[in-house]
Amino acid sequence: MNAPSITTSSARSPAVPTRFDLAAALKDSAKSALIAFGLSIPIVAYRTDQSGADLFLNPRWDMVAIFCAIVFGLRLAQHAFMASRAAREAVPSPTQATELVHAEPSAFQKASRFGIPFFLGVALAFPILIYLIQGGLNESRYWVDLGILILTYVMLGWGLNIVVGLAGLLDLGYVAFYAVGAYSYALLSTTFGLSFWICLPLAGILAAFWGIVLGFPVLRLRGDYLAIVTLAFGEIIRLVLINWVDLTNGGAGISSIPRATFFGIPFTAGEGGFADTFGLEFNGMHRMIFLYYLILALALLTNFVTMRLRKLPVGRAWEALREDEIACRSLGINTTNTKLTAFAIGAMFGGFAGSFFAVRQGFISPESFNFLESAIILAIVVMGGMGSQIGVAIAAIVLVGGPEVLRNLTFLQAVFGSGFDPNEYRLLLFGAGMVAMMVWRPRGLISERQPSVILKERKAISGSLVKEGHG
Amino acid sequence: MRWLQDPILDVQHLTMRFGGLVAINDLSFKAGRGDITALIGPNGAGKTTVFNCITGFYKPTEGMIALRKPDGSHLLLERLPGYDINWKAKVARTFQNIRLFSGMTVLENLLVAQHNPLMIASGFTFLGVLGLGRYRDAEKEAIERAKFWLEKTRLTHRADDPAGDLPYGDQRRLEIARAMCTDPLLLCLDEPAAGLNPRESLELNELLLSIRKDHGTSILLIEHDMSVVMEISDHVVVLDYGTKISDGTPAQVRDDPKVIAAYLGVDDSEVEQVEAEIGA
Repeated sequence: MNAPSITTSSARSPAVPTRFDLAAALKDSAKSALIAFGLSIPIVAYRTDQSGADLFLNPRWDMVAIFCAIVFGLRLAQHAFMASRAAREAVPSPTQATELVHAEPSAFQKASRFGIPFFLGVALAFPILIYLIQGGLNESRYWVDLGILILTYVMLGWGLNIVVGLAGLLDLGYVAFYAVGAYSYALLSTTFGLSFWICLPLAGILAAFWGIVLGFPVLRLRGDYLAIVTLAFGEIIRLVLINWVDLTNGGAGISSIPRATFFGIPFTAGEGGFADTFGLEFNGMHRMIFLYYLILALALLTNFVTMRLRKLPVGRAWEALREDEIACRSLGINTTNTKLTAFAIGAMFGGFAGSFFAVRQGFISPESFNFLESAIILAIVVMGGMGSQIGVAIAAIVLVGGPEVLRNLTFLQAVFGSGFDPNEYRLLLFGAGMVAMMVWRPRGLISERQPSVILKERKAISGSLVKEGHG
Repeated sequence: MRWLQDPILDVQHLTMRFGGLVAINDLSFKAGRGDITALIGPNGAGKTTVFNCITGFYKPTEGMIALRKPDGSHLLLERLPGYDINWKAKVARTFQNIRLFSGMTVLENLLVAQHNPLMIASGFTFLGVLGLGRYRDAEKEAIERAKFWLEKTRLTHRADDPAGDLPYGDQRRLEIARAMCTDPLLLCLDEPAAGLNPRESLELNELLLSIRKDHGTSILLIEHDMSVVMEISDHVVVLDYGTKISDGTPAQVRDDPKVIAAYLGVDDSEVEQVEAEIGA
C-alpha cells in the first residue's frame, strides 16, 4: 500500500514538536482500508465449494469486513506509533547524553526491591488466595494444578540455569535428567516399595551420575557440537526408555506409582488417612495442596543452593569458565572438574523435579520426556536472562502459564468463528513471543548480572559485558 | 650470571612443530631465580609459542621444561596437566590479548584467581553449601589479598566495576594483579607494555621491579618495547625463527651483531658477499 504517509514526513523535522494529526491519519487509514477492500473482493469475498460435480460460490462478505477493519485499525495504530516515536525523538533522551547524567535506578532495580518478597509471598499464599477467590477447595483444583505445573518448570529452569546460565554450557537434552529422576522414583518405589522421601535423594544422585556420564564425552566439545551431543543424549535416554521393555515397560509406561504421603500419612479417605488424622473432612485437594507446597519447597531449595553456590569458589569458577576458559586454566582451575560439577548439580535438580513429576502424575511414559520439553526449559532460561534467578521464574510463569490463559480466551471465538481453538495457535504465539523477545531484549528479560561479592558498593553488571559462554 | 648458578626455569632442547612448521627449534635457555628475564625477537620468532609451552597450553614436541622450586626439587612442566602448572608449579601468566573475565567485577576476577585455596577452605563445596567450616574466614583472607593487589595496581576505586569496563591500561594491570593473586614463583608476562603510553610504561616498570623485590617472584617477559626490556631486565634471550641467536645481559645483547642483523638487517656489502659465495 503506497498511500502517502503524513507522519514520516513530520518525523524528518524533529525540531518541531509533532502533534498527532488525527484527521489525516483517519483519512489515510480509510484509504488503506479501501485498497484492502478492493484486493479482498477477488481473493476473499467468494469461496468455491464443491458439491458433487457442481461448484458453488459462497459469499463471505463478513470476512471482507473483518479484513478491512483489521487493515484500518493497524494503519491507524501505525500512524499513532510513528507520531509518538517522532515526538519522542524530537526531545533528546537523557540517556543519550555523552556527559555524566543523574543515574536513575533501572526499572528492574526498582522492581526487584519489592518484586522478590512479593513473588515469594504470592507463591506461599497461592492455594489460600485461590481458595478464597474460587470459594471452595474443589473449584480451585484447576488453579492449584496450574501452580504445580508452573513451579515444576521454575525448578527445571533454575536447575538448567546452573548449566546454561552460570557455566555457559548449552544443554539441549536436559529433559533426560528429568526422565532419569522420574523413572528412578517410579522403578524404586514400584519394585522395592521405597518411600518418596528415600527415593528423592536417590533420584537426585542417579541423575547427577548420568550428568557426569554425559559430561565426560562432551568436555572437549564447544558451541554447536556440544548442543548436538546433549540433544542426542536426551533422545538416547528416551529411546532406551521406550525399547528396554523389561525394565521400563516400554512405551506403555509405568502406572500405579505410589502416591505421595504426608510424611507417612497417606491422603486416603479411610481410617488413618490425612483427613482423619487431622480431623478434617476428606477431600482429594489436600494431596494437591501438599504437592504444591512440596514443589515450592523443592524449587526454593534449588534457588537457595544456586544462590549459595554462586558465592562459593565453584560458582565463581563456573562463571569464569563462561567468560574465558583459557584464562581459567592459566589460573589453576581444573576446567574438567568444574564443567562436570555444573553438569552433575544441574542434573541433580532435574532428577528431583523428575521424581516429583512421577509422584504427582502416578503414571509416566517416555512420551512425557520428548525434545519439546527440553526446548521449553531452555527457552525459559534464555528468555528469563541467563543466570538470573528471578528472570527464569518470570519466564516460566509466562511460557507455561501463558498457554493456559490462551485456553480460556473464548471471546476470540466470537471474532474468528466458533470453530476457532486458540490453543491450537499456542506454538505460533510462542514462536512470535520468542522472536519479539530476541528483537527487544536479546539478553533475556533480566540481563543484568549481580556480582557475587562486593568491596564497597553493589553495582549491577550490564548484560552487554557478560558473555554467554561458547559451549 | 645468576641464571646459570640458580635457575628457576631450565628449558632444554625445546622443539615445537605444527605439522611441517617448526615454530621452535632446539631452544635451550635458563631463567635465574629472582631475575627479570626478557624474551625478545622479531615478529613470528616463536616467543609466544615458548610461553604456551611453558604454561601448558601446548605440549612440546621435544624437549624438557624444568621448574626448580626453592627447595631444589624439580617439576617437569611439560608433563603436568595445564591447570596444575599454576597450582602445583606456581607459574602464572598473562596474555598478549587481554583475557579478563569481563562480565565479572574486578574483585571477582581476583577471587577466581584464588580458586584452589578457597576450594579447599570450602570443603570442596560440600561444607561451604551447608555454611560449615572456615570458608567465611578464608574468603575474608582472600579479599584482603585482593585488596593488597588492588592497592598495588591502583585499582581499589574500581573494585566493584566489571572488568570489561576498565580502560586498557587498567586491564593490563588487573591481569598482572590477577596472576599475582595465585602467589606464583614465576610470572610470565606476554607483552605487558603493549598499548601503554610512556607514563603507563614507566609505572609498569616500577610495578614489575617491586613484584620482584617484595615478593621474590621471578619474571619472564616477552616485550617489544625496548625501553622496558633494557631498563628492567637482568637477562635477555633473543629468538629468531624459533632458534636462540643471543643470550646475555642487556648490554651484551644490544651489541651482538646477530641481534642487530635480525632486527635491522645487514649491510648491502655483506649481502653481496654472501651472494658471491653461493654464486647467485
